[in-house]
Amino acid sequence: MPDVVVEDASVTYHGVEADVLALEHVGLSLPAGEAIALIGPSGCGKSTLLLAMAGLLAPSSGRVTVGGEQLLGPRLRTALILQDFGLLPWKTVLANAELGLVIRKQPAKESRHRTMEALERVGLAEFIHACPGELSGGMRQRLALARALALDADLLLMDEPLSALDALTREDLQDLLLELWRDRGHTSMLVTHSIEEAVYLGRKVVVMTPRPGRVAAVVDNPLMGSAGYRQTEVFYERCAELRALLAAEGALHPDAAAAAAAGGAA
Amino acid sequence: MRAAVRKVVGYLGAIAVMLVVWEVAALVLASPALPGPASGVGQLVAQASVIWPQFIVSAWRVVASIVVGLVVGGPIGLLLGRARRADALFGPLVFLNYPIPKVVFFPILLVLLGIGDVSIIALISLIVFFQILVTARDASKSIPSSSVLSVRSLGADSWQVFRHVVVPASMPEVFTALRISAGTAVAVLFFAESVAGSTGLGYYVFDAWGRIAYGEMFAGILAMAVLGVLLYEAIEFAERRVCRWAQAQR
Ligand SMILES: Nc1ncnc2c1ncn2[C@@H]1O[C@H](COP(=O)(O)OP(=O)(O)OP(=O)(O)O)[C@@H](O)[C@H]1O
Ligand SMILES: [Mg+2]
Repeated sequence: MPDVVVEDASVTYHGVEADVLALEHVGLSLPAGEAIALIGPSGCGKSTLLLAMAGLLAPSSGRVTVGGEQLLGPRLRTALILQDFGLLPWKTVLANAELGLVIRKQPAKESRHRTMEALERVGLAEFIHACPGELSGGMRQRLALARALALDADLLLMDEPLSALDALTREDLQDLLLELWRDRGHTSMLVTHSIEEAVYLGRKVVVMTPRPGRVAAVVDNPLMGSAGYRQTEVFYERCAELRALLAAEGALHPDAAAAAAAGGAA
Repeated sequence: MRAAVRKVVGYLGAIAVMLVVWEVAALVLASPALPGPASGVGQLVAQASVIWPQFIVSAWRVVASIVVGLVVGGPIGLLLGRARRADALFGPLVFLNYPIPKVVFFPILLVLLGIGDVSIIALISLIVFFQILVTARDASKSIPSSSVLSVRSLGADSWQVFRHVVVPASMPEVFTALRISAGTAVAVLFFAESVAGSTGLGYYVFDAWGRIAYGEMFAGILAMAVLGVLLYEAIEFAERRVCRWAQAQR
């Protein structure tokens, strides 16, 4: 598994109206096999950071290294999962899951085998001939995961992958993500807007400042992944701690921020 | 299967309505130029052996034109929609030429290419080309960047992005343009054949008109209508196969 180091990265978008400084001197290090959650105010540059880590966007200054090598473009074993899952509605479930291997021109027979294994792992083996349009939101998310698994990704980058799902499906998929991470040990980075999700799925939670995004704090969460973590006292404490940090960054509505401050004091 | 039955029933119903309207119109107008449905269809059957070869000639011309227009206009349009620099260069050229009625160039084509298939096909292709080009360009321009990003994150080069995303994503719009083009193509075909040439349904209709042979003229008109419907249905059929996924979307 690779480690990822973001060194002093800044990103400026050249917008239609004006230039936008999205990231400012971001430094971040993900140890190999670590599970990181990234949380911060809307528009602070979380997606931008993820794109830079995927090699899809070159930082204006600074650099990103994965497994010791500087990123110059998309990397073979990095999988990126976006909020809308990045599925192609005109391809079947099977073709969508296999796409990464097809694009990387892997041998057909082995690709098919690995893809089927991945689809079975996420429980979609029965639906290989369906189109994504015929799947539920949760199933689409599973399909996006199957694509990453088929690639045997060692670095999984996810941008609010569960935010479009209803609460039950969401917990279900959080468990799947956790299980996959524990089984495979890949390096994982999850962008989320949900404090609970960040605490449930991040062994380190990175909090960002409002735009231009910088790293405001890194919260250690060593008990992440332990059985029944959602119901523990520690879980609630971590959530409260994060809520207070986010309130300090102005990421919460003033009322919610006041409540968080009160809760933190209690 | 059920959809097919529904379609046939729909067509039969529409035909019945048209026959009634036709009958009434024929009675009201009482003109030899508009025979009633019975004699109109009778004429078509009676003239079948003469009309059939003309039908084939016309069908070949219009299909060839649509194929040429699509094969040239589609890829260029899709490329222009994705390549900002090329679009800045050629886009204005396209938009300057798009509104010009291409039929006015027919005399020039006749001089350059001679009277016959080539100039007729060139004219119709030109028109179809522009319609497809403009639609394909807009379609590929409006593809959500997330589709492109996710495929690029899998390591796709430009050609793979084009093949796996741009082409399929634009297909529904291209098919819509194709259907509209087919209607235009038949109309231009009629114009071109009646102006230049001695073959094809357009010529047949116009020739019959000149001879005041209204029965034959009418049979030709019906044959032209059939050609249009067949073309439309063929495109529908292809669209359903190619864009099956679009029906699964809400
Ligand atoms: N293509 C672009 N052109 C210009 N500005 C952009 C572009 N993409 C993003 N930005 C700007 O950069 C900033 C960071 O955007 P980004 O999408 O990374 O934020 P985010 O943290 O992911 O937000 P959210 O939580 O709402 O998803 C925003 O202020 C946005 O307006
Ligand atoms: Mg975002």
